Amino acid sequence: MAKIEDRATRSKVAASGLNDDIGEEMRLRLFRSQVLLRQAEQRAFDLFLQNLVKGTSHLSLGQEAVAAGFGCAMKPGDLSFCTYRGHAHTLARGVPVEKVLGELMQRDNGLMRGKGGSMHLTSVEHGVMGSYAIIGAHLPIACGAAWRAQYKGHKDVSVCFFGDGTTNIGAFHESLNFAAVWKLPVIFVCENNLYMEYTPISDVTAVKHPAADRAAAYGLDRILIDGNDADAVYRSAMAAYEKARAGGGPSLIECLTYRYSGHSRADPAKYRPEGELEKWKERDPIKLYRERLKQFGIAESAVTAIETEVQRIVDAATEACKAAPMPSLDILTTDVYADGGFAWRN
Amino acid sequence: MAELTYRDAVARGIAQEMTRDPDVVFLGEDVGKAGGVFKATVGLYEQFGPLRVRDTPISEQAILGAAMGAAMTGLKPIAEIMFSDFFAVCFDYIANEFAKSRYMSNGQLKCPLVVRTGNGAGSRFGAQHSQSVENWCMMIPGLKVVAPSNPRDVIGLMAAAVRDPDPVIFFEHKSLYPTKGEVPDGEIVDRLGSAAIARPGKDATILALALMVPRALVAAERLKAEHGIDCEVVDVRSLVPLDTQTILGSVARTHRLFTVEENPRLCGWGAEIVSIVADEAFYDLDGPPVRITTPHIPLPAADILEDIALPTADRIVERVRRSMQA
Repeated sequence: MAKIEDRATRSKVAASGLNDDIGEEMRLRLFRSQVLLRQAEQRAFDLFLQNLVKGTSHLSLGQEAVAAGFGCAMKPGDLSFCTYRGHAHTLARGVPVEKVLGELMQRDNGLMRGKGGSMHLTSVEHGVMGSYAIIGAHLPIACGAAWRAQYKGHKDVSVCFFGDGTTNIGAFHESLNFAAVWKLPVIFVCENNLYMEYTPISDVTAVKHPAADRAAAYGLDRILIDGNDADAVYRSAMAAYEKARAGGGPSLIECLTYRYSGHSRADPAKYRPEGELEKWKERDPIKLYRERLKQFGIAESAVTAIETEVQRIVDAATEACKAAPMPSLDILTTDVYADGGFAWRN
Repeated sequence: MAELTYRDAVARGIAQEMTRDPDVVFLGEDVGKAGGVFKATVGLYEQFGPLRVRDTPISEQAILGAAMGAAMTGLKPIAEIMFSDFFAVCFDYIANEFAKSRYMSNGQLKCPLVVRTGNGAGSRFGAQHSQSVENWCMMIPGLKVVAPSNPRDVIGLMAAAVRDPDPVIFFEHKSLYPTKGEVPDGEIVDRLGSAAIARPGKDATILALALMVPRALVAAERLKAEHGIDCEVVDVRSLVPLDTQTILGSVARTHRLFTVEENPRLCGWGAEIVSIVADEAFYDLDGPPVRITTPHIPLPAADILEDIALPTADRIVERVRRSMQA
C-alpha cells in the first residue's frame, strides 16, 4: 500500500497548487472525455455480460484520467500507439463510440469490421495507428513514426501507452535507448496500475517505480505523476509535447493508477488484497475531477449536462451496434496484401 | 554491361533506389560508417549521409519496429538484420506486426518496407550464424519473400522490393557475396513473383534458390556431360509471390521434378511446391518428385561437416541420376 500513500501525498501537493493554467473550457473537455471513456467501457462490460461482446476485452475502468489527459493535450496529426487495453486511448482521440463498440461486438460498423477485434483498435483518420497485443511491440513502432516526423521535418509527436508489465520486456529498453540516442519526438506513457496480469509488478521488478526509476539509465528525467488526476496528466503531457516538438527528444512518464476490473474479462482479480479496490475508488478519477470542477465554481448543471449528453451518445451507439449487420464473409480474405487480396501465387 | 560482385550489387541496388526516392532510408547495425559487416553497403553512408543511412544500436526489435513505424507513416525503409538467424530475436515484427497490420486494421495500415539479411551457410559459422530461414517467412500471410542468386537479380529484385507496397523479406546469401556476374548499365527493375529459367532442358526440372542455383547449374552440366540427362534449372527467386506458372510449365515439359533446398528438410519451401505439383500436375509426372535438402539438423561449424550437410553438386548429380535411371 506504500504506493497509495505516495499518491495521496502527491495529490495534496497537486491540490494545493490549484490554478487556472488549464482553464474552464479544457477542464470541461477533460471531464467529458473521462466520462465518455467510463460510460463506454461500462457499456462494453454490460454487453459482454449479455454475450454481445465476444472474444476478450481489457478494460481501463479507473484509469481514464491518463487517456483523457493525453487525448486532450494532443493536436490533430499527433499519433497514438495503444495496447490491447486500448479502448480508452482510442476513444480519447475522438473515435466514435459506435465504431469502437461495433468492433467489440464484431459488427460490420466496427472500426475494422470485426477483423481486428478489441485488442487491435485502429483509426488512422483519428491518428490511432493501431493497438498492439504483444507486450512492448508498439514502442519501437512509435519510435519509427517519430523518426519519420524528424526526417521529414513534420511537427507531429507519437505517443505510446503501455502498462507497468511492459517495463520488463526488452523492447521497452531498446526503444528508450533508441529514442534517446536519436532524440526522437516520442512520448512513452507507462500506466502503472500495480499489477501486470495477476502478479503485482513490485514482486518481480528490481526498482520501486518500474518506469520512472529506469529513466536515468537513458538520460531521461524521472517523471512520476498521479495518474488519477487528469490535470496532472494533462500538464505533464503538454510539457512532453512541447519538449518533443522543440526537438528536445523523448519523455518517459509513469502514471500511478489502478484498474478496477481484472486484467481481462477472464479475470475476477481475486489476487488483490481486501480493501485495496475500495481505497482506490475513494480517489476515483472522475469523482476527483467532479470535485475539482466544483472547486473552480463550475455549475453542477453544466456537469450533469455533460453526463447526460454522454449517456445519450453511448445509448445511441449501443442501439446502432445491436442493429448493425455482421460483417460480410467476403472480407475474410481481403487486405492481406496491398492489392486488396491474399494471392500468394500466380 | 559490367562485371559486379553480389556484394557490390547490394550497395548498387540500394543506391539506385535511394537516388530515385528521398523517402527511402536505410538502417541497421554497422551498415553506415563501417559499410556493413559483409561490406555489402560500402559507400552508402558517404553518398547519402547520416540522416538516410543510420547506424543503430544492437537492438533488432528497435530496428524492425522503427522501420515499421516509419513505413506506416510515409517512408520506405530498408532495414538490415545482420544474420537471418537473428530473426529469432525480432520475429514478433516479422510474424505478428508488419505481416498482420494491414489485415487487422481492415486495410487502414500499410507497411511498405524491406528487411534485408545475410542468410545461409558456407562460412563455417556454426548453427546460429548459418541458417537458411526463408521458410520461416514463407509461411506467414502478409509477407513477400525473395532470395536472389546473382548480382543482376540482387539489383532488380531490390528495386522491386523497395517499390512494393507490402513488407518484403530480402534474403541475401552470405556465400554468394564474393561471386561475380554480368550486370547491365543503368536502372534495373525486376518483378516480384517471377521465377527464371536459368538453364533450359528437356529431361527433368530442378528448382533451386539462392546458393543452390549455381550448384544446380554445375550439376546440370555434369548430368548432361556424364549421363546424358538434360535438366532444366529454374531459379525460383521469389517464394512469395510464387511463380507457379513457370514451375508447372517446366514440369509439364520435363515430366520430372527435383527441388534443391538449403533449408533443413521439414517444411522447406520445396515441400509446398511438391504439394502444388502433386495437386495440379500429378499426371504430368513420370516419377515421384524428389527433394534434395539439408538434413533435419542444426548446422555444424567444421568445414568437412558443413560441406556434407548442404546439398552439393555431387549430391544433386547422384540423386537425379539415381532417380532418372531407376
